[in-house]
Amino acid sequence: MAQDITITITDREGVTHEVQAPTDMNMSIMELVRAYELAPEGTIGICGGMAMCASCQCYVLNEVPLPEKGPDEEAMLWEAFNVKENSRLGCQIHITEAIDGLAIELAPEA
Amino acid sequence: MIETDILIIGAGPTGLFAVFEAGLLKLKCHLIDALPQIGGQLAELYPKKPIYDIPGYPEVLAGDLVTNLMEQIKQFQPGFTLGETAETIEKLEDGTFIVTTNEGTKHHAKAIAIAGGLGTFEPRKPILKDLEFYEKEDRGVDYFIKDPEKYRGKNVVISGGGDSALDWSVFLTDVAASVTLVHRRNEFRGALDSVEKVQELKSLGKIKLITPGEVVGFKGSERIESVDIEVNGARMNVVTDYFIPLFGLTPKLGAIANWGLEIEKNAIKVNNALDYQTNIDGIYAIGDVNIYPGKLKLILCGFHEATLMCQSVYNRINPGKKYVLKYTTVSGIDGFDGTRKEAEKAVVKSID
Repeated sequence: MAQDITITITDREGVTHEVQAPTDMNMSIMELVRAYELAPEGTIGICGGMAMCASCQCYVLNEVPLPEKGPDEEAMLWEAFNVKENSRLGCQIHITEAIDGLAIELAPEA
Repeated sequence: MIETDILIIGAGPTGLFAVFEAGLLKLKCHLIDALPQIGGQLAELYPKKPIYDIPGYPEVLAGDLVTNLMEQIKQFQPGFTLGETAETIEKLEDGTFIVTTNEGTKHHAKAIAIAGGLGTFEPRKPILKDLEFYEKEDRGVDYFIKDPEKYRGKNVVISGGGDSALDWSVFLTDVAASVTLVHRRNEFRGALDSVEKVQELKSLGKIKLITPGEVVGFKGSERIESVDIEVNGARMNVVTDYFIPLFGLTPKLGAIANWGLEIEKNAIKVNNALDYQTNIDGIYAIGDVNIYPGKLKLILCGFHEATLMCQSVYNRINPGKKYVLKYTTVSGIDGFDGTRKEAEKAVVKSID
């Protein structure tokens, strides 16, 4: 049985949530935020997780190693607003044991 | 005035399939969509992406699903008001409705079905001081190019790095006095041939390309006279008549949020135990735009909801008239255009 991992998510109100995330469902951080209802419906994962809307943009707050950005994610972040050096798209970060302890903050809704 | 039985607001998959189910019941549909084309999210966001959870289709491209839905409903001759948003609604004494769009197009319907998905797709706007002032009354900021002739002989600054920004920059070189394309990066997210075309036009001096750059302000009292652009930390000023930011679209519930409908979590509450009717008699909400206990935002759920909605509208329009559920395998389909589809009759042989 795959282990759940712990992810810390600061929502758009500034409230920090420590949540348990399954590693055996091929979920993404965007889907995790939706599952725990940490952002209002219709404000996150609008494109369904295809790196085409940036509604799931988040800021990575710690040094947990993440997979490299793919070309789609890179390109979407060029277009998005409120982008910082540590910006990623939650839909492109898949939940695996390797990202246990990851801390992120949701970017403002744009 | 456009007359119809069911006015469907939203021409995504749920709205399109509702036309089919309504057609089986001899109900005429007309659809309004804010986008200039049908298909909703499927056409706008991911036409080339495969969908795997449509019954009977192990895999279907979103764009192909839209094409197939149109093929399925064509004999029911739906009407379309595209590129306009449903703005106001008026309920008449006889229980019918008049819906007027932002362009003033009026629709008279016996029932309304809101199939608006995530809502109206609105342009994603840059965060700029005085933007609201310049976007009104033709003061120089446009988010859509409806009529390219508007820009004939004018100076235009386009901002963005996707297909829209590239394609319109190319197109307007033959129309505008000057075209400046501003993008935050040197790389573009668009079709390769569009990028190459922009490169070619830049070489010919027909497009002024500013990368990596960002429009950061406006100058002009009555309307835009120029834009300030930040390039590598320095500022430059470009004289222009129009600034067209093309940063994609973002969904908002839009004007229907002001219609007195009960809203929860950015979606419209409906009576899912019965017929997906909202708190206003005669107005239904189907597909991703609605919410009820246990709601799943899936296309196939939208199809189911559309079917039940149409049955309810039939009963509403034909009170007391008994409707017997028919199967298309048995009854076939009678199109509004006089066509008929039905299964071939089997040959029956007598057995001695």
